[in-house]
Amino acid sequence: MYQILNYSFMQNALIAVIIISPILGILGTMVVQKQMSFFSDALGHSALTGIAVGAILGMTNANISMIVFGVIFALLLNHIRFRTKIATDTIISVCASVSLAIGLAILSRGGNFAQYSSFLVGDILSIRQSELPILGICAVLVIAYWILSVNALNATTIHPTLAKSFNIPTRLSENLFAVILAILVMISIRWIGVLLINALLILPAAASRNLAGNMREYHLYTILISLFCGLLGLFMSYFCNIATGPMIVIYAGIIYFATYMKCRH
Amino acid sequence: MRRKKNACGFHCIKVTDLSVKIDDQQILSSVNLHIHCGTFAAIIGRNGAGKSTLLKAILGEIPHTGTIEFKNTENGRMQDLSIGYVPQSINIDRTTPMDVYDLITSFNYHRPVFFRQKKLHNEIKKILSEFDAENLIDQKIGTLSGGELQRVLLSLAVINEPHLLLLDEPVSGIDKNGMDLFYEKMKLLVKEHDMAAIIISHDMDYVAKYADEVILLDKTVLASGTPKSVYESQPFGDMFGGSYDYGNLNLRSIPIGH
Repeated sequence: MYQILNYSFMQNALIAVIIISPILGILGTMVVQKQMSFFSDALGHSALTGIAVGAILGMTNANISMIVFGVIFALLLNHIRFRTKIATDTIISVCASVSLAIGLAILSRGGNFAQYSSFLVGDILSIRQSELPILGICAVLVIAYWILSVNALNATTIHPTLAKSFNIPTRLSENLFAVILAILVMISIRWIGVLLINALLILPAAASRNLAGNMREYHLYTILISLFCGLLGLFMSYFCNIATGPMIVIYAGIIYFATYMKCRH
Repeated sequence: MRRKKNACGFHCIKVTDLSVKIDDQQILSSVNLHIHCGTFAAIIGRNGAGKSTLLKAILGEIPHTGTIEFKNTENGRMQDLSIGYVPQSINIDRTTPMDVYDLITSFNYHRPVFFRQKKLHNEIKKILSEFDAENLIDQKIGTLSGGELQRVLLSLAVINEPHLLLLDEPVSGIDKNGMDLFYEKMKLLVKEHDMAAIIISHDMDYVAKYADEVILLDKTVLASGTPKSVYESQPFGDMFGGSYDYGNLNLRSIPIGH
């Protein structure tokens, strides 16, 4: 059992899981609370468009083009969300599909899509030791942001007008949340994958919601579930020789359904 | 609310020539209001008369023309107007993991909701106790009854001692007993604290019984004054068909526009 920790790729992946999964879970608490799961899904898919735009502009670092595009896309979606009277899910779906189609069209030029397919599923075992400090800094920044902003975000979700009457900057807090979410999703996408990133955001928080009676419990259970599924998924994927991302999501899914049943009783 | 003082009657909220236009549609035109502290005023009118829009314009939520002033009539000095607001409903369902402590902390305090603190817990409990809601502090919001939620939202609205309290039909799903309690509490609040309150209500009988002033609204102020004078006015009769039987207050609710 402990032998697997002798491999440096497993050590790196272990640290990465311990850092990423609770951070994604924490942001997920508000994604679920704000009923933005479709929004974050669209954001994840836009990563491909970000890579494509970067490729056209000749950017060598796909990370930067993904983050820049993700932030712009998130702010644009938010802007539409506030302005339009059309159902939000429809408009987000339209934007997400168009952006994804453009991304796929560009990336598949000349039959070259295969080299990008790793972004779809991701591979946490590919994380390098040199990337861990960046991940750590991101985690510290997200936690600091969370401590400062969670109340304003929560108040805005409960009732925007009421929040404004308390001088809470509702638009700013919504936009900042979208930007932070976009950055974190884009950073993690290489290791988790476009197709599964949303599951890691949503599932732990959704499961925790079935159990929690207040915000403290909501946060605590989300972090515990994220960590538990992350670690279990990582080890089981090693033993079963299955990709890590799907393994983590399967465990999170099982926990979600278990808590759902408990909640119903 | 920390300090209690009796209404001095020297402060007033003056809304002058307030108009709201949304997408070429005139929602409100030239609304004038003058409400003194210690006054419990009610806005009545049919659905779509612009009642909620007026409250949102006063709150600064909707762009408008005209002025909203808060004046000390004793020395004529202007002050910044602070407003408390009680919404019709909030975006919370039965499963939302949030209790009353979380709700109040999110709006009024900087301490992150997930770091609960005994001291803050006690402070919020004290605030809730003014509305007999202190035992609700650890209860999940989604499980509160209509009356309980209303008391919690009211505690939140007056937490920073606003000059003006705006209530957007906050009495849905409450029984007759609860309604009386609510209106009596409101009456006491505005008298005890230096505060004016404007409530949107569909309930003519309660308005007649408790409001100091009634404003009949339909895009603009059609009539205002004591409940009796408004209920007997021509515009009231035109809007609701016939005059209101003022002498026969049997506390039946008149559904308007439903």
